[in-house]
Amino acid sequence: MTAALRFDPIRLPEKCEQLRKEVRAFLAEEIAAGTFDPHKPNREDIDAPEFSRRVGAKGWLGMTWPKKYGGQERSFLERYVVTEEMRVANAPTRRFFVADRQSGPVLLKYAPEHIKMDILPRICRGEICFAIGMSEPNSGSDLFAAKTRATKTDGGYLINGTKIWTSSAHIADYMIAIFRTSPPTKENRRHGLTQFLVKMKQPGIQVNPIGQITGQYEFNEVVFTDFFVPDDHVLGEVDGAWKQATSELAYERSGPERFLETYYVLTELVRAVGPNPDTRSAEGIGRLVAQLHTMRRMSVSVAGMLEAGKEPVVEASIVKDIGTVWEQQLPHRVRDLAAFVEETATNRETLERQLDFAIKTAPKLTIQGGTTEVLRGIIARGLGLR
Amino acid sequence: MAESDNIIVETAEKIFADLADPQTINNDRKDSWQAPLWQALSESGLTLSWVPDDLGGSGASLADGFALLNAAGRFAVAVPLAETMLAGWLLTQAKITSPEGEMTVLPASPRDRITLDANGALSGRARGVPFAKAAKHFAVLAHGKDGASIALVDAAKARIEAGLNVGYDHSDTVTLDKVQPVAIKPAPKGFDQTNLMLMGGVARSLQIAGALESMLDISVRYSNERVAFEKKISKFQAVQHNLARLAGESAAALAAATSAADAIANAKSFDDEVYLEAASAKIRCAEAAEKGGAIAHQVHGAIGFTMEHILHRYSLRALAWRDDFGSESHWAVELGKLVASRGADELWPLVASR
Repeated sequence: MTAALRFDPIRLPEKCEQLRKEVRAFLAEEIAAGTFDPHKPNREDIDAPEFSRRVGAKGWLGMTWPKKYGGQERSFLERYVVTEEMRVANAPTRRFFVADRQSGPVLLKYAPEHIKMDILPRICRGEICFAIGMSEPNSGSDLFAAKTRATKTDGGYLINGTKIWTSSAHIADYMIAIFRTSPPTKENRRHGLTQFLVKMKQPGIQVNPIGQITGQYEFNEVVFTDFFVPDDHVLGEVDGAWKQATSELAYERSGPERFLETYYVLTELVRAVGPNPDTRSAEGIGRLVAQLHTMRRMSVSVAGMLEAGKEPVVEASIVKDIGTVWEQQLPHRVRDLAAFVEETATNRETLERQLDFAIKTAPKLTIQGGTTEVLRGIIARGLGLR
Repeated sequence: MAESDNIIVETAEKIFADLADPQTINNDRKDSWQAPLWQALSESGLTLSWVPDDLGGSGASLADGFALLNAAGRFAVAVPLAETMLAGWLLTQAKITSPEGEMTVLPASPRDRITLDANGALSGRARGVPFAKAAKHFAVLAHGKDGASIALVDAAKARIEAGLNVGYDHSDTVTLDKVQPVAIKPAPKGFDQTNLMLMGGVARSLQIAGALESMLDISVRYSNERVAFEKKISKFQAVQHNLARLAGESAAALAAATSAADAIANAKSFDDEVYLEAASAKIRCAEAAEKGGAIAHQVHGAIGFTMEHILHRYSLRALAWRDDFGSESHWAVELGKLVASRGADELWPLVASR
């Protein structure tokens, strides 16, 4: 059983370090050109379509995909490095990140060839944005409870119902969503859900923004009224989406985005305390860095498992659990330590502004991508307790 | 390193399984298990794994030695295996041949210092030295006016005040008063007490990680056996979530420790990256020992609090090992200072260095 919890100390190969330098240089140019300010995570311009295209032009979207779909056939570890650097720099990745991480891989696996040829190259060029339609009012983490219906009709399906908490639906060109095609059976509560590719910005879809406590708009309610989806937009097996949806989650759960969302406050604290911190600040920073370093090593290790074609479901859940609890606590610990930062610290105002935003961001971190409770259930299953 | 995947670990695990069964040890109040275990370990060359053949050892790689320590942690063995290995490693840095028998290293705390005087004699006090009482020799890192030296000292020449750590293992105060060493040579250029502390800290980290793996194993097993309120306690969601957290702490400890071991085994020197790895491992493993140990005891209820149960062999040792070669507070302060001195914009490049 302990063998399942092994995190081998993967080293990123030299080509990753070379790539890291290229990404840093690119981001430095973008920052210099005023595309985004790495010290302002709470910027208003969270959608940056031109930046997205430039990232695509670099070949950093769909990096691991086949070349015939616009990909680069590079390794998962190289993609990992790009994700890390983008996240640490607070780059505006909203437009492309979901497509690159999740939607593209789903299409690669389940979409018909003509759709792959149409959509995947556009993702790789950074031209299109995806949303994921999983949660519904009163369902959330409980995917079985999804009720939005897809009813068979001539040449396709009619969709009726509501998705909610759908990030980026207001800017998305497509959504990959799960709809109910049959009722669950007594034997299998997981039966009856089907995955669809939905083209947004069509009649029959209404997107209503939902404000977040950070002051940003990211969530949406998406209402479908007799919305038509053609047959060739069914992804994978009709009534069999459960397995498809869950097998992708290791990618969503173990990446660097799962412990770096509030990282910027740590950098800013180090800047604020200066080169000769007092004992209390030094100890606080040391502990936070030790935890960060350990999580990153675990996350890199899971990336290595994914690269090797394994399915590290429990390991990925552990990284997400520890990672999101850490990034949730981080702003509060930094706040504790910042209480004694000198009034004269030149970046004091930046640090305070960042803390204000990070503290508001924190509550969602243990919810998105599977709640802590759900993840601990998965880990418990892996331990043989369920 | 969680499974035996090399001959050294396999050999060690066989010996531990035969001669260091935790329940047998726990029931043996006279400690008569220690001699046969030590004999088997030294006869198979495991105690001097980090010493090359020409200096009296068995010449295993650093990586294999670290894997061995992790296995030792899984059995929570309380014989000076890690200490003798570290002593052999330290002596090897100065090409001093290792003697047979139990050894330990001094100092074992970054705050203590042994000095070398002009007559070649060693003086100073080292606290919290693990197994000093059981050691026949000490490997000593000393400082003189020409820098650091490494010495082999006959334990009979030292004054030893016996003490016990929270795991009931010997943790003694050793005083050297103008002691002439058996052998002494200059330490290699750049080698200092911090290197010894980092190396010792990583050894302890691997042991703590091993103990946590065992705590997770026995806690999961117990939760599947113990019935309360007419259900196995493993069926209670609150218990499941606690065990999931214990698994996380155990995994984090093992990941941090094996990563640091890998860094040291492949590094040319104790540079900033090794420092980050080794200090982080000690900090994170110590935190995991605290959080993970608490959960293991919580799951076991009152039975886990008794001397009869084996849980304390793991939990108390893991807690005790936090104190050796610099506590997590010590390393956190030092790591924080290192990070601050490099500057804010160098933090991420350091973390992302491998």
